[in-house]
Amino acid sequence: MHEIVAVATKDLRIEWRSKVVASQVLPFAVIVLVLFGLALDADRGTLRTFTPGLFWVTVLFVAILAIQRSVAVETASSAFEALRLSGAAGWKVFLGKAMAVAAQLAAIEVVMLLGVIILYRTSVADPMLVVISAVAATIAISTAGSLYGVLAVGMGVRDTILPMLLLPILAPVLVAATRAFDDALNTAAVNGWTWTVMLACFAVLYAIIGSVAYAVVLEDT
Amino acid sequence: MPTTTVRQPEAPAIEPGSGTGSPKTRILGIACLVGVVVLFVFAFFLTEEDQVQGDVVRMIYVHVPVAIIEYFGFGIAAVGSVMVLWRGSMWWDTAAVAGAELGLLYSGLMIGTGVIWGRPTWNTWWEWGDARLMTSLMLFLVYLGYLAYRRTVPDAETRARRSAVIALVGIINVPIVNRSVEWWANQTLHQQSSLSDGRLEDLTLFTLAMGFVVFGMIFVWLLIHRFRFGWLERQAEMHGLEAALAERRAQRDADIDESLAHPGVSEGDDMRGGDDMGGSDDMAAGSGDVGEAADGAGQQSGDQA
Repeated sequence: MHEIVAVATKDLRIEWRSKVVASQVLPFAVIVLVLFGLALDADRGTLRTFTPGLFWVTVLFVAILAIQRSVAVETASSAFEALRLSGAAGWKVFLGKAMAVAAQLAAIEVVMLLGVIILYRTSVADPMLVVISAVAATIAISTAGSLYGVLAVGMGVRDTILPMLLLPILAPVLVAATRAFDDALNTAAVNGWTWTVMLACFAVLYAIIGSVAYAVVLEDT
Repeated sequence: MPTTTVRQPEAPAIEPGSGTGSPKTRILGIACLVGVVVLFVFAFFLTEEDQVQGDVVRMIYVHVPVAIIEYFGFGIAAVGSVMVLWRGSMWWDTAAVAGAELGLLYSGLMIGTGVIWGRPTWNTWWEWGDARLMTSLMLFLVYLGYLAYRRTVPDAETRARRSAVIALVGIINVPIVNRSVEWWANQTLHQQSSLSDGRLEDLTLFTLAMGFVVFGMIFVWLLIHRFRFGWLERQAEMHGLEAALAERRAQRDADIDESLAHPGVSEGDDMRGGDDMGGSDDMAAGSGDVGEAADGAGQQSGDQA
């Protein structure tokens, strides 16, 4: 556990010092939310209805950037080699990096939620469901993303191949998270808790696969 | 998980220029052609149209078999990937690629025939909320990404191991696609399995079974050819590397012979000549730098004198 926290803290400390996510990724998320508003012609009824889908699509876009950033900090100075030499098990490095990405995404999601409440005039009907489903979805996105992020290391086409690999894998997470938010934001009559259970299953599944596979991939970086 | 070094081919080499065909595959190919003709006759002339769907029902003789056989393709990719990670087998890596490509081809056929069938039956080409359609499309995109990824990794061993991980993550989608009409029964226009509910009878069932056989044979025929093609491609890759190494070694030997034949050549020149030698380029380049530095120092001394 100590090593997992150490890797996560390292990434978060780098982010705290560089402020790349705060100064570039977060504004990007807000810009996308605004663009959705412009594209839908400022029709608040439409915006409110589709808030869950727009919210989670934006989260996926943001996640791509956050994951690329998470990988970039390791590749820039060949830090992956240092991670391997540190003696920490691959699965611990994986969980540490996924935890750091999840923490950054969670922070961005809080700001985005405030954004959709203000910009789209959405109201939260079930705060508990919002929190739990968002946590489950964020873990699923960050674990799958951390695995695929390191898969894309060492290739000149990392920026283009990562979304192509990752987004189809995250499509079920997008659907489940959107349905859960439909219930939580009262935009559709669905049982959000059922979808949250599915999100939790994906989070556990991706965490297990990532923990097992990360060492194999890390060896090749 | 402990990492494994990918082992080189354990299958017999295929003679260059022999192609991917063999007498057995030619017989299988002819059987496939005959099967397609017979299936066409049964599907369009001998079976009757459906009372509700009309002639559109004939699409199931293609759609259902390719939908089921597609899973075998992705299954081969998954088994091959496990073997790559477990045993480091390049043979299985070649099989995994062949399986994934054919799975993708059959998946595309399944989606295409489904879309064509959906227009007259559901009055729509595509239904976004449909669980079966969406999960099928995602499965298609996942393996499209797998194949695209393979093209971006130049080293064969790294490519085999990394893409194996992607194939194994992708296989999770197969049971989701297969069970989607049961799990999301209220979110799909797609009917339940036509085979398990026993609604198909007599000639329709026979023709559908024939569809499975014919498309199964085509699958096997294509799989063999794709595997052999992949194997030849790998051999060509290895042959190219060996040829390049042999050329460099020959050049190195020639340089050494030349330096022995002309011992009067200065040491600095020899070391610069090492730039063209085989073996360690870094060392050769480093030696060249030292030689140039020595020359530079000599030039300086001359200037001072």
